[in-house]
Amino acid sequence: MKQFAIILVSAILVNNYVLSKFLGICPFLGVSKKLDSAFGMSVAVTFVMALATAATWPIYIYVLVPRGLSYLQTIVFILIIAALVQFIEIAMKKYIPALHASLGIYLPLITTNCAVLGVTILNLDEGYNFAESMVNSIGSGLGFMLAMVLFSGVRSRVDASKSIPKSFQGIPITLIAASICAVSFMGFSGIVDGLFG
Amino acid sequence: MSNPNGKSNMQVLLNGIIKENPTLVLILGTCPSLAVTTQAVNGLGMGLAAMVVLIGSNVVISLLKKIIPDSVRIPCYIVVIASFVTIVQFLVKAYAPSLDKALGVYLPLIVVNCIILGRAEMFANKNTVLASACDGIGMGLGFTLALFCMGSIREFIGNGSWMGIDLTSKLWDPVIVFLLAPGGFMVYGALIALVNYLTNGKAIKKKEFGCAGCPSAAACAAAQKGGANE
Repeated sequence: MKQFAIILVSAILVNNYVLSKFLGICPFLGVSKKLDSAFGMSVAVTFVMALATAATWPIYIYVLVPRGLSYLQTIVFILIIAALVQFIEIAMKKYIPALHASLGIYLPLITTNCAVLGVTILNLDEGYNFAESMVNSIGSGLGFMLAMVLFSGVRSRVDASKSIPKSFQGIPITLIAASICAVSFMGFSGIVDGLFG
Repeated sequence: MSNPNGKSNMQVLLNGIIKENPTLVLILGTCPSLAVTTQAVNGLGMGLAAMVVLIGSNVVISLLKKIIPDSVRIPCYIVVIASFVTIVQFLVKAYAPSLDKALGVYLPLIVVNCIILGRAEMFANKNTVLASACDGIGMGLGFTLALFCMGSIREFIGNGSWMGIDLTSKLWDPVIVFLLAPGGFMVYGALIALVNYLTNGKAIKKKEFGCAGCPSAAACAAAQKGGANE
């Protein structure tokens, strides 16, 4: 159990996908203006991350590696993710229309989200087994959610401010605010050793 | 030779480097721009790798623009881009293994770099092969230039060196935070502000992440609006 807890805590807090690995910056900056959309987007990302890992890990280990096709990793993974997102959208529309109404609009954005492709590749680079990969994916998704939700609060304060220099208005000041958020997340860097060491 | 939009190929090429610099003006491809620019040489390597993919995918997509059916064009583009990324991955692994180690997972992630899909969607499927190649070179150079600038600044402040040459690290302690995540956001924000200042706010007209050049712009806008309506 201990190794799962370590993976989970380090994925959420220490190696936060957005604020320390720079994956999924586009939705982090693009969809973080409102708390509702930030939360919806992160739920959708977490869901797809978990499903994408569940699909890509067995395919890589049991199909690509034994046949010596591991060089096709990038192409196969991006196609699996694109097909999966498309499939989830169709299935959700048919069977769970209520969920589709609230999450459906975020799904098209996820195909080209580097956090999803990133987590599937990093799971294999780290040499995680299937259970560890799943824990890591869900943890990364939750970390993404934490960063999105926290930052949407910061964002609303930044956008309401009237005293920003002209050249810094809009995108630059948002990035500076993200920088300060990232500094605060650096405070978690020793937490895994502290808790489990 | 002029193109449908009345620009010569040279103008198309220069357009990507300065006027529509993908990183600093269009604000695309933010993830690799922030992640790999801890050293000038890494920024340069990432920029060149992305440029090769961009030129290749632009040329192939422009050649195939009449064959690819409109309804499945995005998956087709992704397959073309992913093939070029795989080729580049292997070239880098073979000839520059240290760069491969430095770029890590961000090398395969060129597939989802929105600059490349964005240019396929916005330029290559409407223009001639030669113009698309020029656009690829211009955009690639613009991306490389921006990454090289960011990498130089972060390496100089954070490590006291430039291109691996030790400059000031013996004179004073380098500010290591510039090599870490917060420094990336800070330098990127400051550079965009500088571009804004130098052009008097003309370069970056959009004050929001409207992402006009991004292939998922429409979906992103819908997500924003959907969130507001809930």
